[in-house]
Amino acid sequence: MANPLKPLTALGNPTAQSDTIGAVTITENPDTALASLASRLGREAEVASLAASAGVPLPGPGRAETAGYGAFWLGPEQWMIEAPFATHEDITAVLKPIFTDAASITEQTDAWVRFDITASDLPGYFERLCNFDMARATPGAATRTVIDHLGCYIIRRSLTLVSLLGPRSSAHSLHHALVTAARAIL
Amino acid sequence: MSRISGGQIDRSKTLRFQFDGVSYNGHPGDTLASALLANNVRLMGRSFKYHRPRGVMAAGSEEPNAIVELRSGARQEPNTRATVVEVFDGLQAQSQNRWPSLKFDAMAINDRLSPFFAAGFYYKTFMWPAAFWEKIYEPIIRRAAGLGSLSKQDDPDAYDKGFLHCDLLIIGAGPAGLSAALTAGRAGARVILADEDFRMGGRLNAETLEVGGAAGADWAAQSVLELASLPNVRLMTRTTVIGAFDHGIYSAVERVSDHLAQPLPGKPRQILWRIYTKRAILAAGAIERPIAFENNDRPGIMLAGALRAYANRWGVAVGESVAVFTNNDDGLRTVADLKAKGLNVTLIDARQGDEVIDSAGRLGLKSITIRRSNGRTETVAVQALGVSGGWNPNLNIASNHRGRPVWDDQIAAFIPAPESIAGLSCVGAAAGAFSTHAALTMGATHAVAALADLGLTAHADAPTAEDAPLNLTPAWYVHSGKGRAWVDPQNDVTVKDVKLAKQEGFISVEHLKRYTTLGMATDQGKTGNVLGLAVMAELTGKSIPETGTTIYRPPYTPVAMGALGGRARGEDFKPTRQTPSHKWATEQGAIFVEVGYWLRTQWLPRKGETTWRQSVDREVLQTRRSAGICDVTTLGKIDIQGTDAGLFLDRVYANNFASLAVGKVRYGLMLREDGMVMDDGTTARMGQNEYVMTTTTANAVPVFRHLEYCRQVLWPDLDVQLISTTEAWAQYSVAGPNARKLLQKLVDQDISDAAFPYMACGNITVQGTRARLFRISFSGELAYEIAVPTRYGDAMIRALVEAGREFDAVVYGTEALGVMRVEKGHVAGNELNGQSSALNMGLGKMVSKKKDSIGMVLSQRIGMTAPDGYRLVGVKPVDPAQSLTAGAHFLAKGAEAVAANDGGWLTSVVYSPHLGHSIGLGYLKSGDSRKGERLRSVNLLAGTDVEVEIVSPHFFDPEGERLRG
Repeated sequence: MANPLKPLTALGNPTAQSDTIGAVTITENPDTALASLASRLGREAEVASLAASAGVPLPGPGRAETAGYGAFWLGPEQWMIEAPFATHEDITAVLKPIFTDAASITEQTDAWVRFDITASDLPGYFERLCNFDMARATPGAATRTVIDHLGCYIIRRSLTLVSLLGPRSSAHSLHHALVTAARAIL
Repeated sequence: MSRISGGQIDRSKTLRFQFDGVSYNGHPGDTLASALLANNVRLMGRSFKYHRPRGVMAAGSEEPNAIVELRSGARQEPNTRATVVEVFDGLQAQSQNRWPSLKFDAMAINDRLSPFFAAGFYYKTFMWPAAFWEKIYEPIIRRAAGLGSLSKQDDPDAYDKGFLHCDLLIIGAGPAGLSAALTAGRAGARVILADEDFRMGGRLNAETLEVGGAAGADWAAQSVLELASLPNVRLMTRTTVIGAFDHGIYSAVERVSDHLAQPLPGKPRQILWRIYTKRAILAAGAIERPIAFENNDRPGIMLAGALRAYANRWGVAVGESVAVFTNNDDGLRTVADLKAKGLNVTLIDARQGDEVIDSAGRLGLKSITIRRSNGRTETVAVQALGVSGGWNPNLNIASNHRGRPVWDDQIAAFIPAPESIAGLSCVGAAAGAFSTHAALTMGATHAVAALADLGLTAHADAPTAEDAPLNLTPAWYVHSGKGRAWVDPQNDVTVKDVKLAKQEGFISVEHLKRYTTLGMATDQGKTGNVLGLAVMAELTGKSIPETGTTIYRPPYTPVAMGALGGRARGEDFKPTRQTPSHKWATEQGAIFVEVGYWLRTQWLPRKGETTWRQSVDREVLQTRRSAGICDVTTLGKIDIQGTDAGLFLDRVYANNFASLAVGKVRYGLMLREDGMVMDDGTTARMGQNEYVMTTTTANAVPVFRHLEYCRQVLWPDLDVQLISTTEAWAQYSVAGPNARKLLQKLVDQDISDAAFPYMACGNITVQGTRARLFRISFSGELAYEIAVPTRYGDAMIRALVEAGREFDAVVYGTEALGVMRVEKGHVAGNELNGQSSALNMGLGKMVSKKKDSIGMVLSQRIGMTAPDGYRLVGVKPVDPAQSLTAGAHFLAKGAEAVAANDGGWLTSVVYSPHLGHSIGLGYLKSGDSRKGERLRSVNLLAGTDVEVEIVSPHFFDPEGERLRG
């Protein structure tokens, strides 16, 4: 272990980038580990019970929750689990013992670039980006949408904070779209 | 005469603008049309075909005549309607379709030659010689017919797209729309009120009518203030709803910056909104229609409602002496309002048998000739004539889903059919209810009904207003005179043209339109269509609804291409995908190639290399001699888990997968249901119930979609879970005789041949970092693919390059990859063309018949297994100095180059630095039994004809000894 590999963020920097344009702040967040969790066929109740005892929330369609872990809904019996990267870099190694063979768990950490976006008027900003009805999305709302041709997940953490997960390889393109939209509503 | 008192313009501010180079003054609140009229400019354009002098006809977006060019340079914009252009300081406008000037237009000779230019003239003339059409006739006609011109410079402005959501979208902010918005807004519904005008109020701004005891315009302004105070209501001025689409989706263009000299920094010029609404109300009002008479197209002759609007809203009198020709009581309102403004007004009421039979004035109206009911004719000197033949409900949007309008005899007009569009109701004048009272009450009651559908309670509370009937007696055109009477002034379609169309059998409304051009171009017949139908109905002796109706497609008014394109132009046309080695490769001066959205390294030129071949040859030779590193992250990676994952793979792959052991990788061939090859790749068994499938770069998404379909639809009983991990891992191929030595320097585990044999896979670590290793080879060399979490991908390529330094290892791009795979005879995109089977590719034995799999049965069809079918072959030039051309077809020696003699084609061609000549792969009929044959490879496009020898597709290390080394 002479030269441990040094990570770069999705935007290609050693540390996370943050841009403030008017009332919108776009901050890259590389500090969350992600894993998909899918119940195996016929093991759904078992997964729900194991998740409950381990503090892994399993929210319903269109929702995200945070208990010990964070989670948002991906599809029927399928969720994305969030945990701090610093303590859960090998997140599947942590989750697999919890769920044993009742669930399929796949590392997703670096499949995504995550931007945390704060804005005083989140609906006014997101209406230039995607067809997600932010004005009616209460904190805890989460959905899949398309921004600039890119499939993304939106999680509304609070009235002023949204996490946006987009395909990591297109982080530059997505960031460009986010900055452009922020400038357009200045 | 020009400005008169009153109106909604801000006289405290003066704006300077130019029309055809002459400077004029206007005021905030003016349109270009109102400001020009206020400056006594009536002549604003020339007609399309005859180049007749034309002035403004309407006061809204339906304007057919006053079509002008705006601005200059890159922002020059043709074909805008002067009636909706807001005047701003420094506005430059030019007339168009005239030469050399608007007042003297040489092309007006067409008007003298009009007998030659009747409807359909270009179908009858220019018939011969046929060869002249494309090169001579058409260019001449197009030049003569053109309207505005393009600057051909890039549009410097940006256009946004956006998405809105609401309970109720109200289209039009006249009395009906405002009443609906107040009703719904007060009830707490989420409302969007959109109007194309820059001031809400619709006709109320152009009338002297009262609403609730106040001036109509004041009530409108007060209502807008109240709506603006409601947080649940969004008011959108300068916003045209251009179409209704499926499931409550409407499209609208907001002109954010069109009223400014140029957009504010960062701001878009326009926004194309997609509006998702639960219910919609169409309150778009009505459009007045003319009565046709001889020479009814002179500047100064306009719609009566427009003449009134210019006086009431903009404080403009088009002349001191004016006349009104009407067949309904609304025309009388124009008479009353203009008289109240102190103008001399002559009334010609068609209902009394009076008619206007002609007009005079070359560049502007000077007089009209009236024939009274007693037969007496008189000529009256006037500067303006307002004509009203009734009003057509503005039902454009309501017919977007092909709902045919229905005829209403009461108003002699089409009204929208009920339920034309699910969730849309029409109110007020748009529904044929023309009084202010009807508009206000309908708006309110329909809003209540729409909200009730959504479970919301609202109260209809409309203020009092006039409720006068229209009292219309239909009058379409004046049956007098031999001259031309215009039906559609924009396209120069006259009553005579309609008659001619009828005479020649073009009677159906669709034929009438195409034959005469009625209702085409920028105004889409908003003022002329019903009149044209009425003329045809009268000629055929049928009723108007029997004759036909016209329906409308989006967009309602012309939309700039820029607005449709949005931000997706130039380098922002589409997003890009960058590989984990992108930053490093950019530093090295790599040449990139687009593969879908991906940017892949194509080759990495080194100092002194002047052609791409030098770089690629070096990359190949160095890889085969020592070691090469290639970023293969773009290959699709699909994580497949579940207790039935193995069975699932056995069904989606044509070859056997049930026997794949944990820790092993296998090449897999995937067929479509029709038996053709869909994709190929490798799948690694990482655990008892855990597999990682790789796909080709191009098919990563289609294969994932296919697998999801199989899982969810075909076999929901299987316990299988899928997710893409393409982006999660940075994956590099390390190939060549020194690949193992190179990797062993970085990998913490033993990867000797004994510990990690050919086709092994497993989880390992690279200097402590989690990684996956696969011993697979595309190049035919001893090779591995190593994957680390993507964030370490940049560090990994740098570590590989550093570790490879002592071996003189090279990083290679997709070109070298392509060379090596052709040398090995591996199929890729060129061979996986969707029309080729496993048998065609020489992989027929891979399709297992011991199990069922997708495509297996149909791959055995007779046509698919014919012995004379295409087979993959290797091809080399007989003369090594000659180059092959991909796409060239195989012909026997001496055979003519015609399709009947075609023996197949070259799919992939590369220069093999190892062999020192050009080599190729190809599909050749019965190719598997033709090794050693000499054929010609002919490319008629490239003009090449090369003698070739058919060889094995495995040019390099056919026994595969190197990759097992």
